[in-house]
Amino acid sequence: MTSIGTGYDLSVSTYSPDGRLFQVEYANKAVEAAGVAIGLRCKDGVVLGVERLLHSKLLVKGANRRIASLDEHIGIASAGLLADGKHLTRRAREEASSFRENYNSPVSVQILSDRISAYLQAYTCYGSVRPFGLSSIIGGVDKTGSKLFCIEPSGVYYGYRAVAVGKGKALAKTELEKIVNKDLESQQSGNVESSLTCKQAIDEVARIIYLVHDDNKDKEFELELTWICEESGNKHALVPEELLKSAEEKAKAALEEGMEED
Amino acid sequence: MWKQPAPANSSFNEYNTFPLPQTQRGQSSHAHGPVGHTQQPLVTGTSVLGLKYDKGVMIAADNLASYGSLARFRDIQRLHPLGKHTLLGVAGDMSDFQWLKKELDALLREEDALALTDSHPSLSPKNIYELLSNLFYARRSKMNPVWNAVLVGGWDKVKEESFLAYVDLLGTTYSAPTLATGFGAHLAQPLLREAYEAKAGIDGEGPLLTQEEAEKVLEDCMKVLFYRDARSINKFQIATITSEGVTISDSKSADTYWKFAEGLRGYGAQTQ
Repeated sequence: MTSIGTGYDLSVSTYSPDGRLFQVEYANKAVEAAGVAIGLRCKDGVVLGVERLLHSKLLVKGANRRIASLDEHIGIASAGLLADGKHLTRRAREEASSFRENYNSPVSVQILSDRISAYLQAYTCYGSVRPFGLSSIIGGVDKTGSKLFCIEPSGVYYGYRAVAVGKGKALAKTELEKIVNKDLESQQSGNVESSLTCKQAIDEVARIIYLVHDDNKDKEFELELTWICEESGNKHALVPEELLKSAEEKAKAALEEGMEED
Repeated sequence: MWKQPAPANSSFNEYNTFPLPQTQRGQSSHAHGPVGHTQQPLVTGTSVLGLKYDKGVMIAADNLASYGSLARFRDIQRLHPLGKHTLLGVAGDMSDFQWLKKELDALLREEDALALTDSHPSLSPKNIYELLSNLFYARRSKMNPVWNAVLVGGWDKVKEESFLAYVDLLGTTYSAPTLATGFGAHLAQPLLREAYEAKAGIDGEGPLLTQEEAEKVLEDCMKVLFYRDARSINKFQIATITSEGVTISDSKSADTYWKFAEGLRGYGAQTQ
């Protein structure tokens, strides 16, 4: 990073001469150290997946999940500082439930993402705080359809067809692009909005996570998969055990196959 | 912030901490300033019935929300599921019921959200019942009751047994294999007990009613209530809560018989 020794990197309330906020860029570094998190939007819902790296063999299976529910119909997958993620999740849940309290209807994914991003952005304005070391993928199904957003430490957020953050996000993104492009081609021929279903998507997400996982650097990981679709009653839920198992099997098989080709 | 001390001859001492701010003894009642009824129920639902049977619990309530003696809303569901294995049957003020639904649904949503990350167990019927009874007692102690009588029916997944209990606006709580609120406590409860004890015995050791038997008894009781409770309607729903979950029936009505009315004399415009 060019900023080393140049100053301008101690406070988020001071720009560098070329107009950057170094603390925000460092926060992005914290995100890049985390296991990959993926979101994929399908025709019937959204799938979220996380490569949860295990730093100890003593950890309880399934502990310290990185995917959480914000409301019945919205899930969040975060990459970065775990504790920041927990705080943000809690805050976003309050936001979602206060929306319900005020308007007696579920919050849309767009509005919730917007409010969370405003919260994150506030942490880039003051010298007394540090930005969140967190990129969050927010996926959900509301009355406008299935939606997927990614919020970055700067507070900026974009809507996506598919998105990946964390370690190896570049590779994950190229894989996702292949899926989305294939989907777009079939759309042009078949004239449907999207042909990819959540059931197919969980296999793809699992495959990508296994592909991206670096066996040499990180020993073990647990695959976290959640979805929001008809099968889950249009609620954010864990992908059922059998489906998760079969997705993992297929992912491992695909990986073996890929190795033989090399 | 603090006002001048109250003059000695003031009829109302707002600084009293005990007893609560009140009129001094001997004053006439209209001198009461802040003391009065906290509220009254406005749009109300009548009896709710509950009965344990061999597979779980059944709860019945009619579809009427009365405005005083006017049968104002005739298509109101007074049975409300909470999660997979709990159901409320609610009598009393319907706006308080709606508020209660909103509060409890929000609580359950929060629990559900936590369940995904921490795989912690969902709230049992007993948990929900204790929460309600604490709430009702706390509110009546603030002289601001939640104006309802509630039957909580459920299936306890851990103990593998059914759950049925009562709580009302005073925070009164009790539990029994057959329960009824309001008018139903007088008219239906004896019938429910009779049917229950006929098979299970007074100690409840014998076999419980079957699904068909339980449904028949409840329908009979709803009919009796329709005959004798002027705030009821012949349109009701029965919910069943078993290990499988909650199901709420469509609205139905009991067959009624009014022929005897022709023989009645002394009411209405009769000439002979």
